[in-house]
Parts: sequence; structure tokens; C-alpha cells
Amino acid sequence: MIGNYPLHLMILVLLWGYIYTSWSLMGRLGLVSFGHGAFMGIGAYTVVMLWNHFGWSPWAGALAALAFAAAVAILIGYPCFRFRIVGHYFALVTLALSEVARLVIVALRDQTGGSLGATPNSALHGGATAAPGALQFSDKQVWFWIVLAFWLAGLWVWRAVDRSMARLALQAISEEEEAAASIGIHVARAKLRITLISALMTCAGGVLYAQYQLYVNPDTVSGIGISLQMVFGAIAGGMFVMLGPTVGAAFTLLLAEGLRLAFGNRYPALDSTLYGAMLVLFIIYMPKGILGAALEALRARTARPIAPRKSSGMPSA
Amino acid sequence: MQMLSLTKVCAGYSGFQALFEVSVEVEAGEAVAVIGPNGAGKTTLLRVISKLIGATSGEIRMEGASLARVPAHEVVSRGIAHVPENRRLFPRLTVEENLRMGAFPRAARKRYGERLEFVYGLFPRLEERRGQPAGTLSGGEQQMCAIGRALMSGPKLLLLDEPSAGLAPVVVQAIFDLVRRICAQGYTVLIVEQNIRQVLKVVGRAYLLEAGRIRLAGNSREFLDSQEIRKTYLGL
Amino acid sequence: MEVFDIFLLEAILNGLLLGGLLALLSLGLNLIFGVIDVVWICYAELIMCGMYAVYYLHVQYHWPLLAAMAAAVVIVAVLGVILHQFVIRPVLGAEPINQLLVTGGVLFFLQAAATLAFGIEFRNLGVTLPSIRLGEMSFSAARLVAFCVALAGMLGMYLFLSRSYLGTAIRAISQDRAIMPLMGVSPARIFVLASALGGALAGLGACLLVLQYDVHPAIGLSFGPITFLICVMGGLGSMAGGFIAAFVFAQFISVGGFLFHLEWGYVLAFAFFIAMMFWRPQGILGRR
Ligand SMILES: Nc1ncnc2c1ncn2[C@@H]1O[C@H](COP(=O)(O)OP(=O)(O)O)[C@@H](O)[C@H]1O
Ligand SMILES: [Mg+2]
Repeated sequence: MIGNYPLHLMILVLLWGYIYTSWSLMGRLGLVSFGHGAFMGIGAYTVVMLWNHFGWSPWAGALAALAFAAAVAILIGYPCFRFRIVGHYFALVTLALSEVARLVIVALRDQTGGSLGATPNSALHGGATAAPGALQFSDKQVWFWIVLAFWLAGLWVWRAVDRSMARLALQAISEEEEAAASIGIHVARAKLRITLISALMTCAGGVLYAQYQLYVNPDTVSGIGISLQMVFGAIAGGMFVMLGPTVGAAFTLLLAEGLRLAFGNRYPALDSTLYGAMLVLFIIYMPKGILGAALEALRARTARPIAPRKSSGMPSA
Repeated sequence: MQMLSLTKVCAGYSGFQALFEVSVEVEAGEAVAVIGPNGAGKTTLLRVISKLIGATSGEIRMEGASLARVPAHEVVSRGIAHVPENRRLFPRLTVEENLRMGAFPRAARKRYGERLEFVYGLFPRLEERRGQPAGTLSGGEQQMCAIGRALMSGPKLLLLDEPSAGLAPVVVQAIFDLVRRICAQGYTVLIVEQNIRQVLKVVGRAYLLEAGRIRLAGNSREFLDSQEIRKTYLGL
Repeated sequence: MEVFDIFLLEAILNGLLLGGLLALLSLGLNLIFGVIDVVWICYAELIMCGMYAVYYLHVQYHWPLLAAMAAAVVIVAVLGVILHQFVIRPVLGAEPINQLLVTGGVLFFLQAAATLAFGIEFRNLGVTLPSIRLGEMSFSAARLVAFCVALAGMLGMYLFLSRSYLGTAIRAISQDRAIMPLMGVSPARIFVLASALGGALAGLGACLLVLQYDVHPAIGLSFGPITFLICVMGGLGSMAGGFIAAFVFAQFISVGGFLFHLEWGYVLAFAFFIAMMFWRPQGILGRR
């Protein structure tokens, strides 16, 4: 039995690790989305709004949220891939999407509470610690298992995508769009499928986040701020390896908590400042992220005694 | 007097050597051609002279001074103007703006007006189209504009990379006439060409470059008489 | 005229004033993109730095407002050069998406560093310009000033780009970077120059914004996205396209905001942007 605080940290690492993993499913294939805040926001706000205003159980609410997120993903993804909006342009179109989500939430302030955020009505009456129908649990252990399950499921999806033909095809796409198209792969459809998976997973992450924190705010679940957080978390850890995004989540959280423990609340933004500086350095000098670079170094080291010539002749970067 | 000299120059692209100990000399006032098949390294040779790529070894001298420590953007101030392969005009700048770019070096700016007049005198067509985006010119006009742009810097040595490539036969003729006129104006010219028969009528001397090595050097008469050239390049 | 029409007209005119400002903001970003081929995602954060510079020099150090503003323009220009030399230059050969992301890292950094240095308080210059009445309509003088200065700034930039050797080189380099040395132009120097100019334009934007809005560390997020989207909709790198798109966007925001609510104006503008991308992915005047 571990204390509540470490448990809280572990839940956050797994939850964000799961969300970053979802983002990286697209990111590692060159589909850099700045719009995943929209999917997270859809997940978080749909369940909370349906619960607060219509009394829908978050289970039903989650289904509605997933359907909504799927519709948005297709609405944005299909034309993007159809018209070959890639690279910068894809990033900036999706950036617009995440801002639309945030602004709609703020604009519907009569329902959503605007930028003050909203709290789901409590279902934990009379000392109850669990209300499964309302997806509310005051016991962090329950959350730990739920989040762990989602995180594992996320890794499983990663593996499944890896294994399926789709991945080979998509790698070909990200490397050589024309060539892949000419060997008959339906580029747009393959990209769309990955986008859909990634968006739905992120949306589910938003649901979990809302139900765990029991508080939603447009700035913490939608908008560019959160979209960039996902992008950079995944990059810091390494978006090309399975556990990279999780390492990124752990890294950012431990950095923030460590600095908070060291300096108290005297320097509220010290962690983000350091983190920002590190991100810049990572992207310049270590674009494969912490885990990516570590694995590469490890591979280089283990390869050396066996085949010294080859490994010394290989470029290290 | 010697204008340009390359001594045992080697150069290439990351991991690929394109020139092997190439030595070329150009006297002041002379017109010299470099001929050779596709991929022989002719363009690379001109690029290494204007320092768009660095030489891995060997020496390049312009009027006796080594270019080793001269950065690429100062080569033009040493009197070398390079008309690159495929003309490479700035398509969305007007003709006159392209010419203005040619006069970018500080010393050239002072004489912009007078040189513009000179170039327009040489190519009246360009003056007619001065306000038109260069991308909308015909192939021949584009080549004139590219040469005009190079002349705007007031060079002593003009490097021409396949000025006749991709042009209709009549226009090719016009371009070679032009090159002849430019030589007659006293410019020193180093010209790369595939159109061997024509270029040998314009220049006094030539080099044959094959697979990055100089295979043959001599005056154009010798080239036209050479069995090898006649068989391989002139199809006689 | 009915009251509704008068207010609608007021909204349209206010949109016009806003358009001028947005056009100025997008100009700097477009200039950078056109020349260096990178998007400074942190552009609005540079503007934030400029706003803080004006605020501190004027309010804390009691410099005259215009001197503080001039200094802010210089400071942000220098920041632009620093950004280029230390962040952009190392990734010039890297994948385009890394170039986009690295400036996103700078965005994070500047925002956090501003929070660390200045706190999260909203800071106000304390200068209030009067509002101008025109019949039954009223306009803020700050907006009018911003509009005029933005137009003057753009005109100056236009003249520089079209008349001077350096300006022509800036336009040329976006069309063929590789042969610039043959013209006697050092691309590295043009990059630095463009970064300084882009920074100076951000600084000018900062001076105009700080007259109208409070400065706080997250202010970049409130007009950064709109600035990118204007550039993309106009066609990245196309300054004329950005100019048109700025006025279109501003009308959406202003009139949409008048008819519904401010956020809905933005939502409409963004939705319109997304629709435009599908209709003309390369932007209004863009080439791809
Ligand atoms: N940018 C480049 N990168 C790598 N190799 C190149 C490049 N440009 C040319 N080459 C190679 O260098 C050799 C010489 O090319 P080039 O000088 O263009 O020949 P030429 O102008 O005689 O046709 C060719 O084998 C060509 O493939
Ligand atoms: Mg060639």
C-alpha cells in the first residue's frame, strides 16, 4: 500500500503517458497534430455536460463523446489527407481545430462555465467512496487500476499498429508519399484510420482526466496549450519508441514535482522554463527524445564488442 | 595575362567525387569551352570556380590571387560572374529586378544605371519586357536575362553553363551569336556546352571532360580534327 | 439609419481597424517564412516580450512612452536575431517539422520565463487614449492609431522590399536560395537581416497592442494562433495574401462578435479558415 501522493503521481504519469502515446501514434508517422487538445476537450466536456445537464451516465456520455470525436476526426482528417495537407499545413490546420474547441467551450459559458471551468455533480452521497455508474471514485487505487488498464491498452494498440500491414504502408507514406501512392496503397484511408484511432484514444483520455480530477477547464483540456503539451511530452520522451511518450510524461511530471519540492512555490514557473529550454535543446540535439537516444546509445554499446568494425563505421546520430 | 587557373582540383558531393585533379587555364580575353557528356562534371567545375561547392584539394586562382579563402558571395566581386545551368532566374521578380540582383555587390551598385543601359543595348527585348515577371519570358529571353544579370556585376570572367540547352534551333543560333558578341566585347568567357559543333566555332580553345577528368585539351581546330571527338561527339 | 445598422457599421469599421493591426502582425511572420522557410510559432511570444519591454521601461523606469517603444522595437529585433542564431540555425538542415517544433519549444520557454520573471499579473500601461465619436458610433483612438501606424509600417516595408537592393534580395532568396551567392549575396546574412526585421515588426506590433491590451505571460496565445492562420490562409510567405486574409479574418471576428458574441466571432473565423484550407490549401495567393 503506497501513499496517496505517490499514487497520484503514478496515475498522472500513466494517464498522460497514455495520452501522449495516443498522440504519437500519428506523430511518429509524420502526422504532427497540434489539434489533439480538441479531442481531449471533447471527451472531458461531453461527459461532464451530459451528466450535469441531462443526467447521462458518463458511460453513455463517453460513447457520445467518442462518436463526437470520431465525427470531428473524420471531418478534419478526410479533407486533409484527400487534399494532401501535410507537414506545416497539417499542423496549422489542426492548431485551428484545437482553438475552435477551446473557444466553443468558452463561448458556451452559460452551459460550460466558460473559462472558470466546471465540476461534475458529485454522485458520492453519504460517505460512499465509489459510484461506478457515475464513474466517480474517491479511492485513488481504483483510478490507478483503471488508468493502468488504459495505458496498457494504449501500448497494445501501438503494437497492433506496428504489426499490421498498415504500419509498413504508413512508413512508406511518411518516407515517400509518391512512391507509396504509386504502389497502390490507399494513402488517405490509411492515414484516416490512424487519425481516428489516435483521436478516439485521446478522447477517452479526456474522459478519464475529467472523471479523475472531477474538474474541467477549457485551458487545461483543450486549446493550443494542451495540444503543445502533448506534442512536446511525446517528443521529450521519444515518439518513435513504444515507451517513449510515457517516459516523456514521467520526465515532465517528475521535473515539475522535483522542482516544487526543492523550491516550494517560490518559483511557480521554474519547471516550465527549464522544460521549455530543454525542449529546444532536445529538438536540436536529440530529436529522438530521451528514450530514443538512450536506446540508441545502448544499442551502439552492446553492438560494439560483437562487431567492432561495423559499429564504429556506423553514423552515431 | 592569366585570368583563371585551376590546378589539380578535386571536388564532389558528400561521399561522391565528381572532379579528379582537374587543371584548366583561361587567358584574359580568351573564350574557352568545356565539353563532355552528361554527368561528366562540367557543371561541378563551374560550381567549384564560383565556390558554390568547395574544392577538396587543388588550387583555384583568379588573376593570380588564390580563391581559397574567399567566401562564395565574394567571388563575384573578384570579377567572376556565373550564369548557372537552367538559367535560374528569380521567376516572380521582374526582368529589371533580376538585373538589379545582378548588381547587388556594393561596387556594382554605383554603376547600375550605366550597366543597365549597356545590357538593354545588348538585349533590346529585355527592355521591352522590363516590368514583366521573369518567369513569363520565353526560353531564349530568359537566357538573355540570365546573361544580362551576370553582366550587371561588371565581370571580367563570365562562366556560362549550357546557355543553349533546351532552346529551339533558331534561338540556339541567336544565343551563340550573342556569346560571340560578348567575347568580342572583351569579356573572358568559360563556356560549358553540349552543343559541341556550335561552341567550337565560337571559342578558341577547349577542354574535354569525361568522368571528372580532363581527357583532351587544345584549340578548337584540333578538336574538330580529332578522330575521337568526331566519332564520339560529332557522330562523323 | 436603424440602431442595428449603425452598430453593424461600427463593427465593420472596427473590423477594418483590427485588420490593419493583424496585417502588420502577419507581415513579420510571413517575411520570416518567405525568407528562411520556417514558421516562428513563438512569434506572438516575441510580441509579448516587446509589450513587457514597453511596460517596464515606461512604467517602472519612467522613460517617455515613445522612447520606450523605440527601445522595445530594437529589443525584439535583437531577440529575433538571437532566436535565429541559436535556435533556427542549428535546425536549418533538419526536417521541416522539427523547425516548426523547435520554435514551439521557444514559445513554451518564453511563456514560462515571463511568468517566472514578471508573474502572472495583468499589467496595464495606464495610458488611456480617448474614444472618438463619429455620429452615433464611437471608436477607440488607440485602435485608430494602431491602424495608421500599422499601415505606415507596412508601407515602409513595402517600399523597402520593392525599392532597395536588400529588399529585392529578400524577395529573391525565397525563390532560389541556392544561387544567391552568385549574386554576391550571403544567405546567412539575409537570414539575420530578415530575423531582425521580423523581430522589429513584432516589436512594432507590441507597441500597438500594449496601448489596447494588458500584458500577461499568456497573452501570446490570444493572438498567436490567429496570426498563423492569417498567414496560412493568405498563403505562407505571401505578404499580399496575408494582407487580404487579415482583413477577412478581422471582419469575421468583429462582425461575428457583434452579431453573436466575441468568441463566436473567433470560432467563425477559425471554422472559415478550416473550410478555406480545403477549398484552397495553398492559401489565397499562395503557391505550393
Ligand atoms: N547536388 C549533387 N549531389 C550529388 N551528386 C551530384 C550533384 N550534382 C551533380 N552530381 C553528380 O556529379 C556528377 C557530375 O555532375 P555535373 O557536374 O552536373 O555533370 P554535367 O554538368 O557534366 O552534366 C554526376 O555524376 C552527378 O550525378
Ligand atoms: Mg551540367
